Amino acid sequence: MSTQGTTLYPASTDRNGREVVLDVRNLRIHYETPKGDVIAVNGISFQVYKGEIVGLVGESGCGKTTAAMGILQLVPSPGRILGGEILINGRSWLGLSEKELRERRWRELALIPQGAMNSLNPVMRVREQIADAIVTHEGYQPKDQLKKRILDLFALVGLPPRVYDLYPHELSGGMKQRACIAMAIALNPPLIIADEPTSALDVVVQRVVAQTLLDVKERLGVSMIMIGHDMGLQAQMVDRIIVMYAGNIVEVTPVEPAFYNPLHPYTQLLISSIPSIKERKPLKITSGLTHDLRNPPPGCSFQFRCPHVMDICKRVPPAMIEREPDHWVACYLYGKEEKED
Amino acid sequence: MTESQVVQMPGAATPKPVRKINRWDNPWLNSKFLVGSGMVLFIVLLGVVGPLFWDTRLARVGSAELNLPPMGFTVEVDGIKYVGTPKHPLGTESNGRDMLALIITGAPMSLQVGVMAALIGMGVGIVLGSAAGYLGGWVDNIIRTVADSVITIPALAVLITISAYVRQIELSTMALILSLFAWPAPTRFVRAQVLTLRERGYVRMAQLSGVPPLEIMLKEMVPNMLPWIAASLSGNITGAILAASSLEALGLGPTRIPTLGMTIYYAIRAVAMLRGMWWWLGFPILTLTIIFVGFFLIATGLDEIANPRLRGVKS
Amino acid sequence: MATPLLEIRNATKIYGGGFLQRGNRIVALQNFSMTIPGQPAVITTVAGESGSGKTTLANAILGFISLTSGQILYKGQDISTLKGRDATMYRREVQAIFQDPYEVYNPFYRVKHIYDMVISHLNLGYTKEQARELIEQSLRVVGLRGEEVLEKYPHQLSGGQRQRVMVARAYMMNPKLIVADEPVSAVDASLRAMILDVMLKLRDELGVSFIYITHDLSTAYQIGDNIFVLYQGSIAECGRTVDVIERPHHPYVQMLIASVPVPDPKVKWGTLLEGVADETMRYKVESGCRFYPRCPHRMDRCLEAMPPLYPVGDHGQQAACYLFEK
Repeated sequence: MSTQGTTLYPASTDRNGREVVLDVRNLRIHYETPKGDVIAVNGISFQVYKGEIVGLVGESGCGKTTAAMGILQLVPSPGRILGGEILINGRSWLGLSEKELRERRWRELALIPQGAMNSLNPVMRVREQIADAIVTHEGYQPKDQLKKRILDLFALVGLPPRVYDLYPHELSGGMKQRACIAMAIALNPPLIIADEPTSALDVVVQRVVAQTLLDVKERLGVSMIMIGHDMGLQAQMVDRIIVMYAGNIVEVTPVEPAFYNPLHPYTQLLISSIPSIKERKPLKITSGLTHDLRNPPPGCSFQFRCPHVMDICKRVPPAMIEREPDHWVACYLYGKEEKED
Repeated sequence: MTESQVVQMPGAATPKPVRKINRWDNPWLNSKFLVGSGMVLFIVLLGVVGPLFWDTRLARVGSAELNLPPMGFTVEVDGIKYVGTPKHPLGTESNGRDMLALIITGAPMSLQVGVMAALIGMGVGIVLGSAAGYLGGWVDNIIRTVADSVITIPALAVLITISAYVRQIELSTMALILSLFAWPAPTRFVRAQVLTLRERGYVRMAQLSGVPPLEIMLKEMVPNMLPWIAASLSGNITGAILAASSLEALGLGPTRIPTLGMTIYYAIRAVAMLRGMWWWLGFPILTLTIIFVGFFLIATGLDEIANPRLRGVKS
Repeated sequence: MATPLLEIRNATKIYGGGFLQRGNRIVALQNFSMTIPGQPAVITTVAGESGSGKTTLANAILGFISLTSGQILYKGQDISTLKGRDATMYRREVQAIFQDPYEVYNPFYRVKHIYDMVISHLNLGYTKEQARELIEQSLRVVGLRGEEVLEKYPHQLSGGQRQRVMVARAYMMNPKLIVADEPVSAVDASLRAMILDVMLKLRDELGVSFIYITHDLSTAYQIGDNIFVLYQGSIAECGRTVDVIERPHHPYVQMLIASVPVPDPKVKWGTLLEGVADETMRYKVESGCRFYPRCPHRMDRCLEAMPPLYPVGDHGQQAACYLFEK
């Protein structure tokens, strides 16, 4: 019997009465190097609500993958979580032993990593790998029940039943990726982190896999964090977007304002430089990450590239302000609140 | 105008204590590499500096009293008691040779033979392996067939046969004979490396820049093979020394020159162990062991230096 | 009529399928033809997904692999027969920019090594001072300074810097043709615009033509003049970029364009693609259209023989599909 529909732990709710599945508070992650600590994630806070897909975007080096790994407690050394709090359905994930983490992972939080299709064991049939995941976390299952459950999972992700007997190399790239999605939803976790789940796929297959993810979200009510840099894909898939720059969150907004009314100068830059297949326009030129992540400047991390930089920006980092309902931005253009430490 | 609200930053969790990583994370400070280098260096110094402090003429037959045990030992040999003296700290053997002098002169020779044979083998290996890997076609087929065939030949048997016929052996002759069998493994290894490197982007870039194949092999590929060549070389050297010592221990080495292997040969021939003269066999074997272990540690250390994953940066 | 700069005639490349390898044949490229005129300079996009043959095409044009049949003519000469000074000229005039900005540097040498190689081997005829000045100038075009990058090792530069140095190198050679194989795929959005802008500048100010190989139709739409869309080794559709992308005719190209996610949350994909079989695994040479298993308009006709290119639309647009047979 699957655990579909049962919440394992009482979820918490925020002030608007929405159920909060993931609550990240002031997460800080550093990488230690001989030349000084690289501040990869500099105290970020955000929530993910039930049944929504949140996009996490930013250029390379902004810390989005590190943050995701931090939530999963899989930060590779020499990275280290320095502080903050991570709550899934109200229960803390920091300070747990490795054993406790192992029990909770996959049941409360699943991951679809980048290039997931390459993480399938080539000498095991696909069904065995999914069965493995289920049995490891839920204990022994009667064989015919297990088979039905796996076939149900296949149907959910659009894989034909014949995949039940196949090895990974007998599947195409898109099918392998959908098998990985099936593995991620096998234990019906409330939250899935998808790290660029379609990056290795062709455009047409990408669409099929992305629509599979949307379908899964609709049917199971699972929440997702979609990490990526393809803004087109984000526009099609996510409900809200979190924009990161140099280890900080600069803007959190529902998806339409992100594209039609971006507030933070960095988001504006990001949106204006997306090449579109609908419109030919001159490409906007800009420079990349400008400062050494080991020595962030005092004040706002975007100060060197910001066309609207002011004096206060160079002294103290701005705090997140809710400018519109649900639309948060950390920028002195919209208010004078400074970030507490 | 909507009212602004500030997110409360809850100071909920206390930061976990941070443990500093070792700032001395210089890859070259690898313990295995350093210890191994130390051991080999010790042997080299023994050979270079030793003659300044110790009279190497004592390595000649009849230069000292016979059968003396090392300093501080009293041993009965052939029914006669012998007492060690500081004059011959490592003892002497039945031909009147001083053990310390034998070690000081013999160790560098064993090293020399090994290094020469390994270098020749590696040199040939680089040339043939690069040609086979880069040029492919019939060049590759011929080189590969010959190399694979030579590997299957029982080296020691052939070496014994050759040595038995070549009566007057010098060190360099020995090295040359050994290199006959030292070249196939490096050749195959270099060929495999070249096949991999050939597809690299920077090789393509060099081709696009009009660089001729030979220069590509030498200037683009070989530098990137150096760490692995160095590690492989250590193995080759020990192999060559082992082969040389084996031949010498069988009596097929240079008779005029007191190498470690020849010392062992004389010791065996004089039934040293049964007669109680453990130091005659013991010290040459110990020296050889230091050389082998030293090179082995260098090779393992180099492997770790070249491959950061093996270093296991601890968290 | 002037000799075209590059002419590819019926290029075919088949891997495997030798005497002892029945069943392992892969047709990477089949009967591919393309012409790039000497004037004016154009950016020709070769678009395709993985397995389309676009990388094989790039390797063939650059001389890294030889064709099974067909010819590649540079200024009228078959490139497989070039020797001596003509070969050097080809290396000078045809340059490349690759996708991975790390792989193309030899980690053993400093960054300036890539310049030293061409100066030593391609008889550019510059004195040391001239060469140095040219290097500086080319770096300036991409927003870098010599002292920033030349003496460093590749791992000390960022990915964007490495790619820019490669573009600068291509610029310095003042080539006639640049083969750019996914030059912006591995680069951040912020640098994408700059590199594409340099490509446009090279075309407009120095008359350099490009073969821009990519899977990203959005950037192709921004800078390409002409486009060839490949599917499993053959041309599906070709023509002016604006025509092919705004009014695609070939069913595969239509499906492709419809699948590109539009960066506008109000313009969603639309209904789920129905009845589309997943991409098939690579298979041997077969007669007939390669797109048959996935085509919503497939007919028996399509299995008999590979459809030739038929004219569609205006301005020389062509699609290889029996739907457009007159």
